[in-house]
Amino acid sequence: MREILIISGKGGTGKTSLTAAFAHLSGSKIICDLDVDAPDLHLLLQPRHEREVEFHAGNEARIEQAGCTGCGTCEEMCRFNAIRRKDDALFIVDPIRCEGCKVCVAFCPEQTISFPEKHCGTWYISSTRFGPMVHAQLFPGEENSGRLVSLLKSEARELARENNIDLILSDGAPGVGCPVISSLSGAHCAVLVTEPTPSGRHDLKRVAALCDHFHIRAGVIINKADINPDEARIIEQYCREKDYPLLAKLPHDPVITEAMVKARAVTELEKTEIGENIRQAWEKIEKFAR
Amino acid sequence: MIISVASGKGGTGKTTVTSSLSAVWDRPLLAVDLDVEEPNLHLFLHPELGTPVKAWMEVPELDAEICTLCRDCVELCQFTAISIMISALTLHTDMCHGCGGCIAVCEQDALRPGRRELGVIHQGQAGEIDYLMGTLRIGEAMSPPFMEQIKKRMREVILETKQDVIIDAPPGVSCPAICSVIDSDVIVLVTDATPFGFHDFKLAWESFSPLDKPMGVVVNRAGLGTHDIYDFCKEKNIPVLAEIPFDRSIAEAYSRGQLIADVSEELGTVFSSLREKIRALAGDFQEEVGHA
Repeated sequence: MREILIISGKGGTGKTSLTAAFAHLSGSKIICDLDVDAPDLHLLLQPRHEREVEFHAGNEARIEQAGCTGCGTCEEMCRFNAIRRKDDALFIVDPIRCEGCKVCVAFCPEQTISFPEKHCGTWYISSTRFGPMVHAQLFPGEENSGRLVSLLKSEARELARENNIDLILSDGAPGVGCPVISSLSGAHCAVLVTEPTPSGRHDLKRVAALCDHFHIRAGVIINKADINPDEARIIEQYCREKDYPLLAKLPHDPVITEAMVKARAVTELEKTEIGENIRQAWEKIEKFAR
Repeated sequence: MIISVASGKGGTGKTTVTSSLSAVWDRPLLAVDLDVEEPNLHLFLHPELGTPVKAWMEVPELDAEICTLCRDCVELCQFTAISIMISALTLHTDMCHGCGGCIAVCEQDALRPGRRELGVIHQGQAGEIDYLMGTLRIGEAMSPPFMEQIKKRMREVILETKQDVIIDAPPGVSCPAICSVIDSDVIVLVTDATPFGFHDFKLAWESFSPLDKPMGVVVNRAGLGTHDIYDFCKEKNIPVLAEIPFDRSIAEAYSRGQLIADVSEELGTVFSSLREKIRALAGDFQEEVGHA
């Protein structure tokens, strides 16, 4: 089974618009949105939910006020500043800051801190016009995005096995932290989407270093390449030096936004130049992922 | 006053806004880049940075000779950072959240404080602007504990100087984003009017609303996308503080590392007006709280 992950380091370089186009162009596959924090792929693919499951992960401390003597052990031991004294000298947990580490629960001499499981979001198996899709929405402000990403990946793999599908196409999150690290685990290769700006280049280098760190092959797409041809050339040079194949150079084209407004993949629109470029890019990616 | 510049979606223009707003803000000012996964503000403010300082987090270290394999630490750890494999305690310190529970619970003192590198903190000077940033170590998954250390440094600095702070926050609406905006007095949300921008803006608004802080919006690439964002802001009573037009010359200036406020007189005015509106937003909110 091949797992192709589209990531970028920097946000807003065009990951999701390109993933939607690749989903349109590719044959049989499972589509996966691994940006569980701020997912957008569903806006283009308009999935119909076939299965909807609550995502529970981690726990949250809650001080049962009746048993609290105000001794302060919990406050002293909490490393996350999540425990505060209330006006009446008892303590409460700030759920936004609580890390779910259980230290206060374990050390409360009165054993008056409960530790209920948290409901952090919802995940879905859906059908789309391009095939089955696995995706999720973490509740705003929630933690455990890494665990949710791992769960989506294993669901996608199972679905692929059941249906004899040998490709998983995933849209990842920006950055190089927890959810991105999670999404790289077991990936066959990564497609790094960048743009010719100082931020684009800086962030590309970091996300490429992350791929190297986990020994995952990476290829590069320079999107909006004509915004700054000199900067695009510097990025090309960098890719040659580091042996990251350049998979495509795409122009800056407002038709991408047009497609977004119409909830379409850009390759679904009437023949466009960028659509043709993306078609060629996908052919290269397929070869790269072999 | 601490101002956080945040967004749900990445690439909407947080750094564009932070850099130009910093340029027109009154001095003294501390600019902080809390997007530790992909810090970019320095590429536009060009600070001279001092010697980087490594930031560490406490993780356990094992003295296997003393360990009795009692399992107390294994059972307490919520992050699968400790396990027993072939009758030996094994630490997976990259999974550790640094809660200190295992060290506290170990009666034999077989676990002691060790450390894991989170990243490096840089401090410097961008002209008259004081500058602070952190760069997460490649391979490190946890940004919030690192951000906490940068915020601690930030508080030390402003305790002395009492200066205003502008924070460039990471994208998203989960723990790292909350960690950056939670201590600020005003949140400026940067979005574009595309369907993606609008969708993630709603998530960010929903995520930050419980913090009960004054929030305003900067619409970037205005003219591109749809009108939904304006209708939503009107309905929810969220002030639109500024609009930056969609213009290829702005994208080109950004791609050369230029400050947008310097591109034209009109854009300079957009940012000085934004500065006044942020001050007013913070002031009104203070008054409301005072009257309540």
